[in-house]
Amino acid sequence: MSKHFFDQFLFVALPYVCLFTFFLMTIYRYRMQSFSYSSLSSQLLENKHHFWSVVPFHYGILAITAGHFIAFLIPRSVLAWNSHPVRLYVLEVSALIFGLLTLVGLVGLIVRRFSNTKIRKVTTPTDWILFAMLLVQTASGVSVALLYPWGSSWFATSLSPYLWSIFMLSPDVTYIAAMPHLVKLHIVLAFLTIGFFPFTRLVHVLVIPNPYLWRKPQVVRWYGYRK
Amino acid sequence: MNIRSQVSMVFHLDKCIGCHTCSIACKNVWTDRKGAEYMWWNNVETKPGTGYPTKWEDQDKYKGGWETNGNGKLNIKSTGRAKIIPNIFHNPHMPSMDDYYEPWTYDYQNLFNAKEGADQPTAEPISLIDGQKIDVQAGPNWDDDLGGSPIYAENDPNLKGLTEQQRMQLSSVERLVFFYLPRICNHCLNPCCVASCPSGAIYKRGEDGIVLIDQQRCRAWRSCVAACPYKKTYFNWFTGKSEKCILCYPRLETGQAPACFHSCVGRIRYLGVLLYDADRLEEVAKLPDDQLVEGQRSLILNPHDPAVIAAAKKAGISDGVIDSAQKSPVYRFVMEWKIALPPHVEYRTLPMLFYVPPMSPVQASKSDDTIHHDTEDLFHDIDSARVPMKFLANLFGAGHEGQVRYALAKQKAVRWHRRAETVGDVSRELADRMLQEANCTREEAEAIYKLTALCTFEDRFVIPPMHREQAIEMMKEPHEHREEAGFGFVGGLRRGL
Repeated sequence: MSKHFFDQFLFVALPYVCLFTFFLMTIYRYRMQSFSYSSLSSQLLENKHHFWSVVPFHYGILAITAGHFIAFLIPRSVLAWNSHPVRLYVLEVSALIFGLLTLVGLVGLIVRRFSNTKIRKVTTPTDWILFAMLLVQTASGVSVALLYPWGSSWFATSLSPYLWSIFMLSPDVTYIAAMPHLVKLHIVLAFLTIGFFPFTRLVHVLVIPNPYLWRKPQVVRWYGYRK
Repeated sequence: MNIRSQVSMVFHLDKCIGCHTCSIACKNVWTDRKGAEYMWWNNVETKPGTGYPTKWEDQDKYKGGWETNGNGKLNIKSTGRAKIIPNIFHNPHMPSMDDYYEPWTYDYQNLFNAKEGADQPTAEPISLIDGQKIDVQAGPNWDDDLGGSPIYAENDPNLKGLTEQQRMQLSSVERLVFFYLPRICNHCLNPCCVASCPSGAIYKRGEDGIVLIDQQRCRAWRSCVAACPYKKTYFNWFTGKSEKCILCYPRLETGQAPACFHSCVGRIRYLGVLLYDADRLEEVAKLPDDQLVEGQRSLILNPHDPAVIAAAKKAGISDGVIDSAQKSPVYRFVMEWKIALPPHVEYRTLPMLFYVPPMSPVQASKSDDTIHHDTEDLFHDIDSARVPMKFLANLFGAGHEGQVRYALAKQKAVRWHRRAETVGDVSRELADRMLQEANCTREEAEAIYKLTALCTFEDRFVIPPMHREQAIEMMKEPHEHREEAGFGFVGGLRRGL
């Protein structure tokens, strides 16, 4: 009974609270405090170590996040791709490489922030909490990949239906009730990170500069309608 | 033709005394706050010297500005469209704080709180960023008046193409020479910072051409810092936003000269409107190096030409602005007299701050360990000036001497003319010949003399009416706005949330 209640709390109530917070606060912050949407780069203060941690971290985490999204959105296609062992190995190994890239980059970032006194000055308590969450999340993700292989397949068969059930507003925890604790930790922390997202510097991912690729090079603003 | 107006500037380098009053005025008004301590929107450099940030003119290092490639397109050297995607996490050409300097203060409390000891307590320098003690190795104007010239002056990127002898001469005792180069944002016609901004946060104001960074939309991608070849956009390390010179637009809008202009002790600064044709910007920015100065002049339209006036009115430029353009001192220096030149026009941003190149003392030559002057003339030939023509050409002519030579010859002719007028130890014929050689009439020489030496505040600053009151009129009927918004609100009011 109590285990059931616990599962309901962690995998039904918590996800909804976190998702609700995410959408509400992200929009609210964009509308009310647009100034605070910034990558808050510290490259000016330290320019060498920056490259070796920021670049692997960003490439790693973007690839990994994209992978999770793909498995969530098109699980059947992922399973079809994995039907060939060679393709499955390619997918698993590249996912692990990107996971390790994220982990190495993240550790580099934390060391950089901790060891450089100037960078420490521009690091807030929120940043430290976020780094801790991301570190545990990345480490648990890489561990899951190593301990419970073929994640790309079992994510598609078990986690995707669970996530869909959340989004279709008919939550069903049976898909994940039997998952190992490490995987459950990864899921819970994922939702917590999503809920924490609008209060952190992570919001800069939402203002990626896409119009840049097709806008005119020069921007001119007139103070009214131009005749 | 697409006529726009641009608030433009002239700095008369022959008058700059290097007092840094402009820098202090700017610092006190705009950048005296956390995150901006290291920024000098206005700074004054000693030339030859490496400037601020160190060696900013070395575009092999900083990759600022535009480049033309084989297929006839203009590309941003640092991170253009194709290059921004892989480089957005770490901008490869972003200067670090060490290229500027780490701002510091002094530990004054130690003078009061130090424990009793054998020595006097001292106020040691501490970093304004992390509060740690620092060993100050660089600062603004670290190489002022050629201080440390073996490290700084000798590494000036403008020395490229000078002979070994010319370089030696620039730094040898009793022959050395320097002049000052005050710098602010050039509010370019083809600004690289604007073009490079992934967020589209940097923009040029349509009515007056002032380039601004929208602080609400800046997301700290840092592209502008790398792209500006003059290194006049700065990254605020505290707010995580880029900032730059705003040409004191709140002052201009109320009819006052910008703080650095207003405070200039040498009265070297001039400000006025230029009308230009925005349709031809790209075409001109692609011209070969030796045609860029002329090309940029060809963009600027004659505000006295009836056809231009008619077109300007049609484009919505107000009579007040056209009138101001006709009185613009900048137009006279740049277009009528052609003695003010854009700095480093080879960066292809079409800067709208022009410099009158400085005259310099006569070269001295050394024989038998005695210094004597090469020429017995009252005013020496411009080619025997201590600052080599090539050096000035690298700064103001994209390496080509023609335009610089023209500007200096005319300035020299004005001196001959005034000497003949006031002292009389120079014959009128000789002065007239000098004027003729410099393509200058007596009237023109007189006008140059007056605007250079006798200029009043009103002569130097012809500030156009900015018509900011129209900002609301153009968007809304003023009475409607008043009824909707009442007093003290910018937008309309809504009931409830």
